[in-house]
Amino acid sequence: MVVFGPNGSGKTNLLEAVSLLVPGRGLRGARMAELSRFGGTDWAVAARFSANGEALDIGTGTAPEGGSDRRVFRLDGAAPRSQAEIGARVAAVWLTPQMDRLFQEGASGRRRFLDRLVFALEPTHARIVAAHDVAVAGRNRLLSEGQADPAWLAGLEDSIARHAVAATAARVGLVTRLNAASMEGATGGFPPARVGLVCPIADRLASAPALQVEDWLREALAAVRPTDAGTTSLGAHRADMTLEDAENALPAALASTGQQKALLIGVVLAHALLIARARGFAPLLLLDEPAVHLDAGRRAALFRALENIPAQVLLTGTDAETFLPLCDVAEGLEAGGGMLRLDARFMPPGPMSDAPEGLY
Amino acid sequence: MGGPEVDRLISLLAKLPGLGPRSARRAALRMLLAPEARMLPLAVALAEAARSVRPCGVCGNLDSRDPCSICADPERDASIVCVVEGVGDLWALERAHVHRGTYHVLGGTLSALAGTRPEDLNVAPLLARVGQGEVAEVILALGATVDGASTAHWLADRLRPLGVAISRVGQGVPVGGALDVLDDGTLAAALRGRRPA
Repeated sequence: MVVFGPNGSGKTNLLEAVSLLVPGRGLRGARMAELSRFGGTDWAVAARFSANGEALDIGTGTAPEGGSDRRVFRLDGAAPRSQAEIGARVAAVWLTPQMDRLFQEGASGRRRFLDRLVFALEPTHARIVAAHDVAVAGRNRLLSEGQADPAWLAGLEDSIARHAVAATAARVGLVTRLNAASMEGATGGFPPARVGLVCPIADRLASAPALQVEDWLREALAAVRPTDAGTTSLGAHRADMTLEDAENALPAALASTGQQKALLIGVVLAHALLIARARGFAPLLLLDEPAVHLDAGRRAALFRALENIPAQVLLTGTDAETFLPLCDVAEGLEAGGGMLRLDARFMPPGPMSDAPEGLY
Repeated sequence: MGGPEVDRLISLLAKLPGLGPRSARRAALRMLLAPEARMLPLAVALAEAARSVRPCGVCGNLDSRDPCSICADPERDASIVCVVEGVGDLWALERAHVHRGTYHVLGGTLSALAGTRPEDLNVAPLLARVGQGEVAEVILALGATVDGASTAHWLADRLRPLGVAISRVGQGVPVGGALDVLDDGTLAAALRGRRPA
């Protein structure tokens, strides 16, 4: 599905709304208060998914009773037991123009990108990373206050060690499988990328059992307490992701903006196929302005790859013409004035659509 | 709506856990429709409980007797003390009839972020009880959260010099649950906590 329209017509808002249908803070990482219309407090998004002939309704938004700072989910009209239940049924991965700077900025953005790829493979990864970060924040607080109880610190370091090893093992697993999928041609002709993990925990996991790595990390954290004043220098939060062109080994950090964008696209294409194979359903791909910075050859390769990918893809751009090569396989929607209008040059809407003609 | 008395009643009820303004209104209305049957007995029960129920000086349980009826029960094995975060956890274990020893209620868990420190927890009576030599085993029945786990770690460190056996509740495969639906962390905990069959 292609959404086009002038700047400010709400294309990215639409992608963000879709990104909120999976657990997490969505495409912008926005806080709850930033999600409603200007002047309003409540919001909601609902969608019907169709996979293997079965329909699945997912909704999310502010709680009907209990204030606008609480977000609730609905799965087929009922409250799910946990957000992981939603994560077990749908996944989404996105690329936004802000990610064009992913390799110029700090490691946290790259880690978030990598973790989102892991969530799609293992929905419980989100909970493990969150628990790890709570333990790190607690340790930082105790260290910055000084005179911390050593046994309390050891308890928090035990939590950090257990969750850091579990999170790192999940990241390593994803990276290994992703690179293997890329090498097998999962990017459908688009130049493949190779993902790497810069992480001492991952290095140790390559040669030692997980429980042994936990013991090492526990001891190492205890040893660095005197120099860790208000920070934690070891853990899953210190990992970084690298990316290079699988064909010429050019690292993303040295590549041009367009080359970097192509590398990221290569990753999400391979990832979509990996998830489809591993879990039986592909993640939603939300590509905000994917064609910007891409040369004609890469653009054509992207469109060819998207034609064959098992995932549903939402693309945005300012001009319909850019996406005309996809007109036989994609619906085209023009955004503007708070509405979406079908563009007749593209494919007619699929059987799921029961919207009035010409208007979504 | 029904005068300041009704508004006050609803606003007090709405502050209780599990009740929002809507359910508070329903509860108030149900009581007001039959005050003799539903309201006055409740008022008497509330007043009596408020007057007589206190934390037990030994374990921290809430009871109208001190020591509480569990600590005073001669059938209970006082050599096994089960440490829980709150009275709600104690009630849950009692409902399940799984523990025939006594309890100790910590009144919270350590949390650096929420500002709950060792001195905020009810620990001294436990250490004193164990120090008197009558306790053979302390079971740490705290939640599997970061705060629960770090509190258990910290408390075990405080108890160890007293020479008492320390155990922690198991984590892993739920009763009636299948392995293939468990997440990796729970599976790892289940394997780590395995025991001879």
